Amino acid sequence: MKTDELIIILSNDGLPRERLWPNLALGTAVGTLVAATLFFGAVGFRPDIAQAVQTIRFSFKFVVTISLAVTAVQASLRLSRPDEDFRSSTSLLVAPILLACAVGIELLVLPSGQWISKLIGHNARICLTLIPLLSIGPLICFMIVLRHGAPSNPGWTGATAGLAASGIAATFYASNCNDDSPLFVATWYPIAILAVCAAGYLIGRRALKW
Amino acid sequence: MTTTSREANWTKWMRAAVAGDSGAYRKFLHAVAPYIRAIARSRCRRLGILESEAEDIVQEVLLTIHLKQGTWDPSREIGPWLTAITRNKIIDVFRRRGRRIEVPIDDVMDSLQAEEELPELRPRDIDALIGKLTCQQQEIVRSISLGGASIRETAERLDMTEIAVRVSLHRALKALGALYRSSTGED
Repeated sequence: MKTDELIIILSNDGLPRERLWPNLALGTAVGTLVAATLFFGAVGFRPDIAQAVQTIRFSFKFVVTISLAVTAVQASLRLSRPDEDFRSSTSLLVAPILLACAVGIELLVLPSGQWISKLIGHNARICLTLIPLLSIGPLICFMIVLRHGAPSNPGWTGATAGLAASGIAATFYASNCNDDSPLFVATWYPIAILAVCAAGYLIGRRALKW
Repeated sequence: MTTTSREANWTKWMRAAVAGDSGAYRKFLHAVAPYIRAIARSRCRRLGILESEAEDIVQEVLLTIHLKQGTWDPSREIGPWLTAITRNKIIDVFRRRGRRIEVPIDDVMDSLQAEEELPELRPRDIDALIGKLTCQQQEIVRSISLGGASIRETAERLDMTEIAVRVSLHRALKALGALYRSSTGED
């Protein structure tokens, strides 16, 4: 077939174009719903949530996890365009910087004798289990949507999708966990999140190739 | 015509295409094909590959442009997007053929600026891949390409509804894209 003939065929294909942003918004909604179903079905809020929401440490966990989810969803959308790279995704630094500031303040206000016990907390193992588990649904949704993308780097785009999925997962998990110190959050959450990112990287390298 | 005004035209046509103007889309594809061809030829020359293979690359890039147009943001210029698609796809093609190459982005831009009109050589890959589509898809693709028949004429001839022809054509193109990707090591 000559190239001119191919062009005729292509220009006759008038079906609607797959637009990334509406699909990703839908994927985020479905992924969040899947994580919510699993969370409320099997885990649920911590019993003292009514008092907890009045403390700044508890509420701040959501500032970090929600900003992680939002910035990572946006970044995975950008990275799915072939003419974009990480330079345009500096907003990904927002969540880590917020958390680093909180850690700094916590170290100032907390007597140094309590640092270690706050860091270790009580729920490290549950944290390392639940965040990856709750991430699975959102990660699958993101991968399905992002397959319509054309990322220059499929692996890193997959890792960013992992970041977005674990941001959603961590938001739910944070409402169950009673370790509210930024020292705990900055230690255990990132380990769980990095595991999800690594999975996203490996899946993305294959699934997001175009 | 200067590079900027040429790219401005491409952007204008592609915006019209996104809005549903298939004539503008055809103009766009016809306009960019020679530039993709120039890049592909120069790559092949440099790597000692037969230049006749360049047309296979041109067709694969055009198909990719078609399938991935949803990743272009119409509020931007088309040039950088087109460059990125072409560059990624060329790297991909040569990697499939067992060669590792780097295509610096500036290099691609230089080629894009080269005003050469090259004759078209006969490509081979696409016919082999079309042969792997379902019979109905093959028939629709051939009908539209060879006779220049419209969707409506093809629908009448094959006794199908227009919608069915459209859906089948769209699926055929997506399948072609997947076939290109999975053709690793077969040649």
